[in-house]
Order: sequence, then C-alpha cells, then structure tokens
Amino acid sequence: MSIFNLIRLALLALQRNKLRAFLTMLGIIIGVAAVIAMVAIGQGSKESIQSQLGNMGSNMITIMPASNVAGGARLEGSSVQTLTVSDVDALKKRATLLSAVSPVSSSRGQSISGALNWPTQLQGGNTDYFDIRKLTLQDGILYSESDVASAAKVCILGKTVVDNLFPSGENPIGKVIRFNKIPLQVIGTLAPKGVSSFGQDQDDIIVAPYTTIQKRVLATIYLQNILASAVSEDASEEAVNQITSILRETHRLRPTDENNFQVRTMAELIKTLSSTSSLLTVLLTAIAGISLVIGGIGIMNIMYVSVTERTREIGLRMSIGARGIDILLQFLVEAIIISITGGLIGVVLGITTSEVITLALGWPTLVSRSSIILSFMVCALTGVFFGYYPAQKASRLDPIEALRYE
Amino acid sequence: MTQKILEIDNIKREFRMGTEVVRALKGINFTVTAGEFVTIMGSSGSGKTTLLNILGCLDKPTSGTYILDGTNVGNQSRNDLAKVRNLKIGFVFQAYNLLPRTSALENVELPLFYNKAINTHQRRERAIRALEAVKLAERLDHTPSQLSGGQQQRVAIARALVNEPVMILADEATGNLDTRTSYEIMALMQELNQQGKTIVFVTHEPDIAAFSSRTIMLRDGRVQKDYFNENVRSAKEALAALPVSDDY
Repeated sequence: MSIFNLIRLALLALQRNKLRAFLTMLGIIIGVAAVIAMVAIGQGSKESIQSQLGNMGSNMITIMPASNVAGGARLEGSSVQTLTVSDVDALKKRATLLSAVSPVSSSRGQSISGALNWPTQLQGGNTDYFDIRKLTLQDGILYSESDVASAAKVCILGKTVVDNLFPSGENPIGKVIRFNKIPLQVIGTLAPKGVSSFGQDQDDIIVAPYTTIQKRVLATIYLQNILASAVSEDASEEAVNQITSILRETHRLRPTDENNFQVRTMAELIKTLSSTSSLLTVLLTAIAGISLVIGGIGIMNIMYVSVTERTREIGLRMSIGARGIDILLQFLVEAIIISITGGLIGVVLGITTSEVITLALGWPTLVSRSSIILSFMVCALTGVFFGYYPAQKASRLDPIEALRYE
Repeated sequence: MTQKILEIDNIKREFRMGTEVVRALKGINFTVTAGEFVTIMGSSGSGKTTLLNILGCLDKPTSGTYILDGTNVGNQSRNDLAKVRNLKIGFVFQAYNLLPRTSALENVELPLFYNKAINTHQRRERAIRALEAVKLAERLDHTPSQLSGGQQQRVAIARALVNEPVMILADEATGNLDTRTSYEIMALMQELNQQGKTIVFVTHEPDIAAFSSRTIMLRDGRVQKDYFNENVRSAKEALAALPVSDDY
C-alpha cells in the first residue's frame, strides 16, 4: 500500500475517534510545549545575563593590587599600592593580546553644583577608558590626550549625577561643578546604561582624566587598578597569562613570591553566571523530557486499546488481502501521525507560552531552533517507538480468531 | 471447456489441544468448476467452519492438497496467501464486517487498497461499479449505521466483487437476516452466478441450499452427501410468493 494511502487510512481511522485522538495527542502536546518553553526560559535568562555583562565589556580585564605581606600581616588588596603608570606603559608596549589599556584612579566624594549636592564616584582613566568600559557619550565631547597629560579640570557626568545636580533640566555642559573642593568643568554627558545585573547603578558616575584624580584629588602616584581590553572574549584567558608574566617582571618578583596583583576577567564572571543558568536549563529540560516520555506511554496505551477494539477490523483486512506488514504500517502510521501532529501543535504552543511568559511575567525567553528541532524529532521517535509494539501485536493476529473476536 | 476452480484432494485438518488431537476434517475430496453455485451444509461441529477457513486461505490443511484456480495453496507463505485472498477470493460474512463510520463506497474500496495494480482513479470507478451491481448506487456515501441489514450485506457483497475474484466465499451470509431479506440476498447471489461467478456458500439452512446448483453435506469431518440440485429454486419467485402480510 502506498504511503499516501496509508496516511489517508490513518487519518480516516483517527477521524472516527476525534476526541480520543486529541486526548492522546495532549500528552505529546504538553510534553513538547513544556520542553520548548522551559528551554526558552533557561536560554533567555542565560542570554540576558550574558548581554548585561557584555554591556559592561565582555573583553574587559581588571588588574587589581593584591594582598601583600607587610611585617607578617597580610594586608587587604585595596589598601595596597603596587600598580603604577609604568605598569600600564609596560602592558601597552608588550602585551600583544590587549587592544587597550587604561590606568584607573577613583575616589568617592561629594559632587556639588550651586545649592545641590550628590554623593558619587569619581572615576578616572585615559582616553581608552570609555572604549574598555563601553561608555558612550550622550552629549558634548570626551577629554583629550592633552587633557590627560595636563591633568585638566574637566569631567563627564553620568545620567544619575546629571539628574541630581541639574534637576530642572538645564544643559550641564560648560557648567562648573565641584568634586569635594576641586572645581571641574562639565564637557560631556554619558549615555545611560541602567542598573547592572549586580544591582549597581552604572550611571552614578563622574569620569575625568586619571591624572586629574591622582594629582588633584588623591595626591598619589599609585593606581587603584588597571583596566584592559582583550582582543576578543576568547583571548581573555591567554591575555591574563600574558599580563601576569609582564607584571611579575616589572614588579621584580622572585619565582617564589606571590603575585602582588590579581587579574580578573569578565569572561570568567560570565562563565560562572551562565553555568548556573545552564544547570537550570538542564533541570527544566529533564523535567519536560519526562512529560514527553509519559506522553509517549499514553500513545502506546491508546494504540493497544485501539488494536484490541479493532480486532475484527484487522481480521477483515487480513481476510481481504492485507499482509502483516500492511497492518503493522497502518497502526504505526497512525501512532506517528498522532505524535507528529501533537508535536507540531506542541511547538506552536511552546512558542506561544514563551511569548506569554515574557509578556506577562517579564522573564526573558529565547526560543532556540535546536530545542524545536530536538523536541520534534524526539516526539516523532516516540511515535515510532511506542507505536511499534501495538502495531506489531496487530500484525501478528490470527485472521481466523480476529474475525470471530467479540 | 469448464475450468476447475477448486480442487480439494484428501484434505485433513487436526488441532492439537494439549495432549489430545482433535480431527476436524478427516479427508475431504471434491472439485468445483467455474460457474457453479455450491452450498456447503452441515450441522454444528461437522467441520464446516474449518473447511471454510481452509477454502478461504485463512488456514492451511494438516495434509492433502488444495488447488485454487491452478495455484497450489498448501505451499504458500503467509504473505502469498494474503495476495491469494486479495485477488482470488471475495469474502461475505454473517456479521457483514463493514468498517463502522466509513461510507459504503470506502468500505467497498478497501480490498483494492491492498492491490498494487489499482490506482486511485480505477479504485473509485470499480467500487462504484460494484455498488451498482448490488443496486446500491444511490447509497455510496451512507455509513453502515445508516443502512439496513440487507443493504449492509449488499455492501459486503459489493466489497467481495470489487477485485473480480474467481470465487465468492459466503459464510452464513443470510444468518443475520429475516426471510424476505435472505431471499433478496439469494436472488442477488443467483444473479451473480448467472453472470458466471463461482459461489461457495456455507449455511446450515436447507431452504437456502435449495437455491444453489449443488450441495455438499458434511458430517463429522467427512463429506456425507454431494449432489447436484435437479430443480434449483429461483429466489426471485420465492420472494414473489412470500405473503404480503409478512412485509411489515
């Protein structure tokens, strides 16, 4: 019998019992929809973590001073002063895997404009700083190389600072604000970046040349840290090794000495955070997968009932010339049609559910093509697997007994 | 020249029930030539059903040869037997065995699905022709539940005819019908027989056997009597002779 006729016959048979066919399908529908929606939730949260961190600069590498031993006591990293501008110069010259390096000097303090004031963070870097941190200008200009060289009293304000110091909406560019006691002229404003995934307001910041902060605010020759950008996210790890060996050299550390600095990459952080959501995805998918198997067992159950119920029909078909294989294929195609139709409806329902979750709960979801293809394949296989045994049972019936079956 | 359709030579069939051996057929011999209308009669337990299963290629004899239309059925595989059933035999059952919730036309088309030589167009055409032959041309789209018993049996006969078999094998085909409808079915059978169809009709009712041209009586697994019917009753006349008061 041709495949076209087989499908037609199967559809006719299913049509005779529409509700039952639908209920059988329901197991598969729910299973497939669950797999797709769960994977979408998992992938969505992973994607959103990655994009938020990527927003902070996914290639970013932070070099911080590390704990040092002074008179037997280990000192806290932030109180140690080991990083200097010469380290930055050495890295710029010799680290091939870095595309940009910037010294960072920062200070917390009170910013003041007229009668208004706001506690904030003053961050300083060189001209590459904006690139590394993925900061973009909203308005105005960036400070120049010569501003950095001359420790010019200029600054660029983040949106939160603008909102607090200039609440009435006047243009802050050209105005002079004070940070602690130092007057700084506003030359630009930053485009807002929002709250980071750690809950930190990324717009509560004032950026100035690092030299300005070093010389005019902190009066120090040391740096709080050094920011660098690897040529690519994948190169981050290799770049860390490079930085370590260069800095150990410039800091004249003996092989037995501990590093007096530490290097952290954003890629590392992204990996840690995504692994959590990967685990979540695996768990959710496993649960959803179980419901798919249960759906398959549902098909098997109904196919067995159907074979028993249609024993006489099978006997009749055999008596008018159906071979065992014809009967086997008939029932198998029926099972496969149930599972594939269920699978298709499940895919549609899964995608819809994901959309609804995003709309109603605001959770990020990402329907991946692989999850659709995979769950669809699994349910087609489920149809074959769970449909085969009942179909085989049907094909092995004795026509004489089947015809007399009551 | 009359062609031999059935050649049954010393057929035996034994069933093994645990340690006991039940001998249902103890050596049956007969031949049927083309165009005959044979009834096989016998009481319950006479081996009628066993013989019918063997004639219908649903079962194989323990020993003896069975040649159907020149083919020795005894040495065929299961799949080959399915093909023989499809092409050479048209079954008519006591309980009609139509597919429920399926139109008359589709029921009649069923055997042609298993015949690879027939395409969709031919299938439809032949099914319609077969239903016309049993005078149900206006009921193509009716499902079995919308048809009377007699009409359902006529659909079943159309299904038996549709593949143009060499033999129609009827198993108590009038068993579920009242006298009038039985006669109608027998009239149809006689008509088909006159058109040249070979019919083997299994029954236990003597008045049905009277419509056939030959009767084989079975008793206890053996042929007890095998005789040609001298004066075949016409089912049409019998139908006309039925009192009108019966008809309500």
